[in-house]
Amino acid sequence: MIRYICKRLLEAIPVLLIVATLTFFLTRIAPGGPFDQERNLPPEIEKQLNQYYGFDQSLYKQYFDYLSKLIRGDLGPSFKYSGWTVNEIIAGALPVSAELGAYALLVAVGVGVSAGMCAALFPNRFGDHLPMAFAMMGICLPTFVLGPLLILVFSLTLGWFNASGWIYPEDRVLPALTLGFYYAAYIARLTRGGILEMMTQDFIRTARAKGAGEFRVLVCHAARGGLVPVISFMGPAMAGLVTGSFVVETIFQIPGLGQYFVNAAFNRDYTMVLGTVLFYATFIVFFNLVVDLVLVWLNPAESFESKPAAL
Amino acid sequence: MDLFSDRMKPLLQVENLNVSFQTRKGRVYAVNGVSFQLYPGEILGIVGESGSGKSVTCYSLMGLIPNPPGRIDSGSALFEETDLLQCSSRVLRKIRGHHISMIFQDPMTSLNPYMRIGPQLIEPLRIHLKTPRQEAQQQAIRALNSVGIPEASLRLRQFPHELSGGMRQRVMMAMALITEPELLIADEPTTALDVTVQAQILELIRHRKEKTGASVLLITHDLGVVAEVCDRVVVMYAGRILETGSTRDIFKSPRHPYTSALQRSLPGRHRKGELLKTIPGMPPDLLEPLCGCPFADRCDYRVPECSEIDGELILESSDCGTACPRVHRGEISLNEVKQGGDSSL
Repeated sequence: MIRYICKRLLEAIPVLLIVATLTFFLTRIAPGGPFDQERNLPPEIEKQLNQYYGFDQSLYKQYFDYLSKLIRGDLGPSFKYSGWTVNEIIAGALPVSAELGAYALLVAVGVGVSAGMCAALFPNRFGDHLPMAFAMMGICLPTFVLGPLLILVFSLTLGWFNASGWIYPEDRVLPALTLGFYYAAYIARLTRGGILEMMTQDFIRTARAKGAGEFRVLVCHAARGGLVPVISFMGPAMAGLVTGSFVVETIFQIPGLGQYFVNAAFNRDYTMVLGTVLFYATFIVFFNLVVDLVLVWLNPAESFESKPAAL
Repeated sequence: MDLFSDRMKPLLQVENLNVSFQTRKGRVYAVNGVSFQLYPGEILGIVGESGSGKSVTCYSLMGLIPNPPGRIDSGSALFEETDLLQCSSRVLRKIRGHHISMIFQDPMTSLNPYMRIGPQLIEPLRIHLKTPRQEAQQQAIRALNSVGIPEASLRLRQFPHELSGGMRQRVMMAMALITEPELLIADEPTTALDVTVQAQILELIRHRKEKTGASVLLITHDLGVVAEVCDRVVVMYAGRILETGSTRDIFKSPRHPYTSALQRSLPGRHRKGELLKTIPGMPPDLLEPLCGCPFADRCDYRVPECSEIDGELILESSDCGTACPRVHRGEISLNEVKQGGDSSL
């Protein structure tokens, strides 16, 4: 198992290198630059800026300079937020996004798995149709609709929560619900599908023949195999949740990473784009590794050696 | 002939069981008016080809027919004092795995691949007798030893995929017998196993029956298996019982043309190089309720009235009978087939 983990971590290096290279050159190909504004800068100032940030060098020199810094863990200075390095910005914003993501994940898994299990327990009956209707709604409703709706009901009408901000503990509730609901909906559908598939297996019949009640059959026998698709989905989902959601963070005015991620692209803030993309990619690689380890633990027939390295 | 019937009252008495399935093409009548008895301490074989309703019969007794699409239309199945077909699911759950256990055809898929052997094995004890885990563990080790699995405490920690097919079927047996049930239903327990392992499993079933005095309902399509272990046989075809009797009688002097045709087609009865005899035609379509004898179209002895008169099982004694009225009236005598041979349908 240790060997497997090491192998996967080594495999992550070329992946991240490719991501870095592609992002570097793609952002440079995109028209415009970090210092383009509505009003043109005086040429001498622009020249000085370019010199300061190394844009007067050849592209390859810049690329290798960036890589050599990257290896040392330095993501470079931000072009937009002068005086800040990308490392500092990520370090400041990540805890907020990660906290929101963790709550949203709790909502997603808690609500999603229990709704899906309820649906699987009463297939094609009311206990199935009700949660599945909600799940369909969750998938269809974009967060920029759900968020304002929740604000309208719970803060403006009922006055239970603040409409925005990230100061008091109760400020976490609405964003977490908004962000988690979509994932909960997905997880509910995956759970239902996975468990229903398990329910047709022979070993479920064996469990029933042993006198196990429906609840025991579901929790002890069907859940483990039935949750495999959910776990697979969790890898990218966790990376997405933890690195922040631009929409939700904007609606609720949360100082998280998601805003920087999107704004960096608009601002042609090259190092910021690279930094956030690499950060996101690292998370995806990492969570996928975790998910694969969990999957092997869940399904003992699968060994580490036979498992293809899915990234 | 009446090995048990005179001495005891039946452990299980199935009367007029009818089961049907709703399919896209219509309602399939899988089991039609099946009645039989099982006495304490006997091994009753239910033989028939695929789709003859033998498995469905047993699954209905256990309440394991998925509903929908399956439906038990009528009938009763008295097990001790309880009607398995009428009692609440709570009562049935208490009987399942405690008083009636079941082993299945495919040991590869019948064990939970996500669980270690130990927890699966002790589950019936935990559910029904609330045995403490430690004690259940000890019992599990004894159960594995009694079905001939060495190094039991190691096996308990293994996963099903680490065991061979025969080993898994032994685990299934140990699991089914761990609560010492009065009745063991074995649904083609040897079909998925290779021949040497088959013999071991059959031997095990017989041995366990003798040791615990449990009754066994053995579903199989293999006449060889029947000849080897069963005391009595029920021959099923198209969801009906065509003949029932002691194993000896069924093999020596079959009393239904289907049974005798089956035996004529056993490979063991043919000379080497000779073409195997088969029964021409196909089993009837069960989409509509049958009229007349279900075997009439393929029978060598048919007369026009065969397709009109329903071939009810006519009992000649309490557990020996044929569904062929012509045999019953003595109009035809089926050529005697000698005992021997060993093969599948």
